[in-house]
Amino acid sequence: MATVELKNIRKTYTSEEIIKGVDLSIESKEFVVFVGPSGCGKSTLLRMIAGLEDISSGDLLIDGRRVNDLAPAERGLAMVFQSYALYPHMNVYQNMEFGLKLAKTPEAERREKILAVAQTLQLENYLKHKPGQLSGGQRQRVAIGRAIVRNPKVFLFDEPLSNLDASLRGQMRVELATLHRRLGATTIYVTHDQIEAMTMADKIVVLQKGIVEQVGSPLELYDHPRNLFVAKFIGSPPMNFLPGTVIAASEEQVRVRLASGQEIAVAAGSAQDLVGAGVTLGVRPEHIRLGDSVENRGSGQVELVEYLGSAAHLHVRMQDGALLVIQTEGGVGVHADDAVTFSFPAERCHLFNSEGVALHRRSSGRMAA
Amino acid sequence: MAGQRARGKSLVIAAVGWVVAIWIFFPIFWMFLTSFKGEAGAIATPPRLFFVPTLESYHEVFQRGNYWRVTFNTLGVSIGATVVALLFSIPAAYAMAFLPGKRTRGTLLWMLSTRMLPPVGVLVPIYLIARNTHLLDTVTGLALVDMFTNLPITVWMLYTFFREIPVPILEAGRMDGASRWQEITRVLLPLATPGIASTALLSMILCWNEAFWSLNLTSSNAAPLAAFIASFSSPEGLFFGKLSAASTLAVAPILVFGWISQKQLVRGLTFGAVK
Repeated sequence: MATVELKNIRKTYTSEEIIKGVDLSIESKEFVVFVGPSGCGKSTLLRMIAGLEDISSGDLLIDGRRVNDLAPAERGLAMVFQSYALYPHMNVYQNMEFGLKLAKTPEAERREKILAVAQTLQLENYLKHKPGQLSGGQRQRVAIGRAIVRNPKVFLFDEPLSNLDASLRGQMRVELATLHRRLGATTIYVTHDQIEAMTMADKIVVLQKGIVEQVGSPLELYDHPRNLFVAKFIGSPPMNFLPGTVIAASEEQVRVRLASGQEIAVAAGSAQDLVGAGVTLGVRPEHIRLGDSVENRGSGQVELVEYLGSAAHLHVRMQDGALLVIQTEGGVGVHADDAVTFSFPAERCHLFNSEGVALHRRSSGRMAA
Repeated sequence: MAGQRARGKSLVIAAVGWVVAIWIFFPIFWMFLTSFKGEAGAIATPPRLFFVPTLESYHEVFQRGNYWRVTFNTLGVSIGATVVALLFSIPAAYAMAFLPGKRTRGTLLWMLSTRMLPPVGVLVPIYLIARNTHLLDTVTGLALVDMFTNLPITVWMLYTFFREIPVPILEAGRMDGASRWQEITRVLLPLATPGIASTALLSMILCWNEAFWSLNLTSSNAAPLAAFIASFSSPEGLFFGKLSAASTLAVAPILVFGWISQKQLVRGLTFGAVK
C-alpha cells in the first residue's frame, strides 16, 4: 500500500485562493477523513489528489514520488463519487471492466477479478443489470467495486454516502469500514458529516476555508480541540459555549466568571496572563451532570426536552439568557418548564481565548480504561 | 366537477391543436391533391376537392427531369454535410461544454449570430470562392456551404445536450484511465446518442430543404431537389400540376424520414425546455 504526502499544496482559481497551503502526511493503510463545512475546500483537495484538478503550487507525493503532473490513472488511485457516476450505458460487469480494459488486462484475468469483487460486494446476481435498474445501495456498491477491481494504491471517496437514506447510510458505513480493514488500503474520505468522520477515521483532518484547522485521531479531536471551530464541529450535539472572564489562574486551575455571575473552575493551566481577559467556556452536552453540587454549579429552566430513547437532550435557558444543551440518560423525569440544577465537571471543560484558540488542558478528560 | 372542467379544458386545447395542425398542414395536403389533378384540374376555379386522380403530372415530371439523380445529389449533400458537421461540432461542443473558458459564452453567441446574416449578403464572395476553387455546381461544394451554415446550430444543439451529461461520469472515465479520445468515444458519445441523433436529423432536414444556395451554386450537375422543384416554375408559365408533383416527390422522402423519427426530433427540439 501507499503513503500520500501533501507539501504546501495550494489551489488558486483566477484570483481567489481556495486551498491555502496544506501540509499533511498520510501513512500506508491509514483511513483519513477530510471533514469540514461545505465550501471548506475538502472536495477540491481530494480532487487535486485524484488529478481531476490542477495543483497550483506545492508537491503531492504518492509513495515518495511526485505525481503533480501525472494523469489520474497513472497515480494509481481509484475514486468513488458522491453521485456514484456509474456508466449508465454499461451493465454492472462492464462498469467494473472498463478500467481493466483500458489498462489492457487480459480477458480471463478481468473476469476473475470482477467475479471476486462482485462476490465480496454481493453483486453476483446483478452483473447483467444496468445501473438504472439498481437501488441506491447497490449502485454505491458497484461504484466501490469499480474502484476495488483496479487494485489501486489509494482509495478516494467523495461524500459517498450522502445520497443514501439514513438507515442505509449506517449500514454502508459499517461495510466500508469492514472493507477497509480487509483490503488494508490507504483511504482518503471526504464528508461533511462529523459522525462519519468520528466512526470511520484513523485520522481526521478538519478543514475550514482552505486551511487545516486540526489533524488528529477522532478522540484527540473530541478531547482536545485546538480551537473553537474544531470544538464546534466535532461532537453531536455540539459543544455548549458560554462567554466569561478569567478571575484567577494557577498552575492547575483557571477560575472563570460567567456572564450569569456563576464561577466555574476549569482544569486548565498556564493562563496566568489571561486574568481579567474574556474567554469562552466550552462544555459538551454529555459532560454536564444534572443534580445539585457545590462546585461549578449552574441552574436554569428547561425549555424543551428531546427524547432520543437511550438519551434525552434538555434545552436549558440559564438566568443570563444563555441556552445550554444537556444530554442525559433516557427518561430522567425532567419536563419542559422544570427548573434544574447541574454542574460542569472541571476536568471536562474547555477554555478558548479571545482568538478562539484552546487553552492547554491539564486533564485528558478520559480515564485510561 | 373539477374533473369535468379539466376534461373540458383539455378538449379545448385538443381542438386548438387540431386547428393549428390543419392550418399548417393544409398547403401540403393541397399540394398533394393538386399533383394528382392534371394541369387542367389544377387551375380549375372553383378548385375541386373531389376529382378523378391522374398520374399525368408525375409522368411528365419524370420525363422532363432526372428525379433519381437530383434525389441522389440531395442525399449526398445532406448526408455529407451532416457527417462533416458532426465531425467538427462534436469536438467543439465537447470543449465548450466541459472545458469552458472566459470566452466560451461569447463564442457561442457569436457563432449563432452568423445565422442572423441574410445569406444573400455573402452570396457574391461565396459564389466567387466556389467558382475559383472549382466547387461550383458540385455536390461537395454545396455540401460544404450547407455544412458551414448549419455548424452554429449543430454546435449549439450538441453543446446543450452535452451540458446535460453529468461531469462526474466523464471524470470516472478519466480515473479509470481513459484518454481524452476514449473519454469522448467510449463514455460521452454513447451517453449522448439521442442528442447526436436529433442533431443529425435536424441537420439532414435543414440541408434537404435548403433552397437559396442550391439555386445559386448548382445548375445541372449537382442540382438537388430544391433546384428540381424550381425548374418546374419555368418562364413558359406556371404549371401547378407538375410543380405540385415535383414538390411532392421532393418532400416525400424527408417527410417519411421525419415521421419515422419524430419522437427523436421532438425530444431534440424541446431538449432542455422539458425535463
